[in-house]
Amino acid sequence: MRKVKEFIIEKLILICGLASIFFVGLIFLFLLKEGLSVFNIVTPLDFLFGKSWYPISDPAQLGILPLILGSLLVTLGAAVISIPIGIGCAIYIAEIAPARIKEVLKAGIELLAAIPSVVLGFIGMITLVPFVKNCFHLPTGLTALSGSIMLAFMAMPTIVSIAEDALYSVPKTYKEGALALGATHWQTIWRVMLPAASSGLLAAIMLGIGRVIGETMAVMMITGNAAVMPNTILEPIRTLTATIAAEMGEAVVGSEHYFALFAIGIVLFIISFAINVTADLFLHRKQ
Amino acid sequence: MNKKEFGQFMGFNLLRMCFFIVLLTLAVISFDIISKGIKAINWEFISTMPRNGMTEGGVLPAIIGTIMVTVITAILAVPLGMGCAIYINEYANNSKITRLIRMSIRNLSGVPSIVYGLFGVVLFVQFMHLGTCILSSGLTLGLMTLPWTITASEEALKSVPNSYRYGSLALGASKWQSIRTNVLPYAIPGMLTGTILGLARAAGETAPILFTGAAFYLPFLPKSLFSQFMALPYHLYIMSTQHHSISKVRPLAYGTALVLIALVFLINFFAIILRYHLRKRRME
Repeated sequence: MRKVKEFIIEKLILICGLASIFFVGLIFLFLLKEGLSVFNIVTPLDFLFGKSWYPISDPAQLGILPLILGSLLVTLGAAVISIPIGIGCAIYIAEIAPARIKEVLKAGIELLAAIPSVVLGFIGMITLVPFVKNCFHLPTGLTALSGSIMLAFMAMPTIVSIAEDALYSVPKTYKEGALALGATHWQTIWRVMLPAASSGLLAAIMLGIGRVIGETMAVMMITGNAAVMPNTILEPIRTLTATIAAEMGEAVVGSEHYFALFAIGIVLFIISFAINVTADLFLHRKQ
Repeated sequence: MNKKEFGQFMGFNLLRMCFFIVLLTLAVISFDIISKGIKAINWEFISTMPRNGMTEGGVLPAIIGTIMVTVITAILAVPLGMGCAIYINEYANNSKITRLIRMSIRNLSGVPSIVYGLFGVVLFVQFMHLGTCILSSGLTLGLMTLPWTITASEEALKSVPNSYRYGSLALGASKWQSIRTNVLPYAIPGMLTGTILGLARAAGETAPILFTGAAFYLPFLPKSLFSQFMALPYHLYIMSTQHHSISKVRPLAYGTALVLIALVFLINFFAIILRYHLRKRRME
């Protein structure tokens, strides 16, 4: 009797283990099932590199290049801001901050991750958007730049906590060796710790960028939602994620617009897949 | 001060500045929400229905909706996540399957939340004919939370020393017996805490519930799991971008933001208290 019970429990646990594979497959399959139909209307090349996104005009123009560029622009801006600050923050916590308050500081950074993105978007709309508008004398503050600044702070907890882990796991002997040879603490950090932790730091950056590309609500609320080809970072843009969020509610089930939104979902899925696999490679090289 | 020391001095101050920028932002955000949100919050705000096209009244249905959805999320994500973590950490050998499982988990955690929303629409709303409702939204959020609960539970299991397992196995206990009596009791506090933190994050998500069940304005409580619902994050989104008189409802939006953050932090706090008590009980 006990054997039977145990057999059942172990099989249940095995099923739980396999469930994650099942769900990844299921998500991809369902996205493909709905999204691939769009290629009966446009060719994959026209879809990816078409310059106009007018999904409800007749005939519909389904080119997502402006959306891809919008996502890229915001992500690039966010990366430029969040990588130096995030890595700097991680070094500060790992190396310089007094040991007693280290845990408190880490908890503080993680608090930033606990704030829902819609709340950050709301605060960004009220504080950041007018600020950007006045700073650059723009007709509207709902620009790619506002989005970049907001997203940089949303990526911060991810970057800081993974980078801090990477720095922490550098063997203590490296640091002691450098110090014993007469290097200053700063030189040790700069010339020994950072190169030794580089693959972990790269993984931190990749995962932070992954977070930025996938972010939806905050970016939809403060980037202005204009699906046009962006020229500068001071113009309204629209990202891939925001397009789905803004238009899915109105798209008629089974229409070409509906299929196109799922095809955007496929593009996002593939991007996040690529980012995660790359980050995984960096993390494993370390070990 | 020579050149080397000066370099170190400048470098350290630069790093300090990085840290204080982040801290300052966090402080400004918290101060803004709390100082403006607290004015809108009173007993009426959290205990009554929205009235008059959401320009007056409270957010009770949104609070209830968010709680109900989070419960569904927990029912899907907690047992499945813990089971998966037990499998990876206790049963799996380093085979291809294990590597595949790990890769899947990493990918699940990277999939953008709006893509989960799309998936929820096809699978739960259309394919399974659940319609737009609490159940569909909760299940969608549950899938999204799954990788977080797995990772947190696995960390907790990893921290149990191997000697506990070997000791019980050496005394003739079976694999599952030793997990049940010698591993889980020590890992459960950490597993629960990590899982609840994941649920708190799910409670604040908007994108996955946009098309799977959240409703614009429903001034009554959800009747069953198959009805549409109001949720705090979606309510805040509407109040700040979609409402017909945004400036008029601004104070209410601040109130909603504060209630949402308070709810998320309350769940976090609950997790910490729970861990504390479970650990204390184990000590005795």
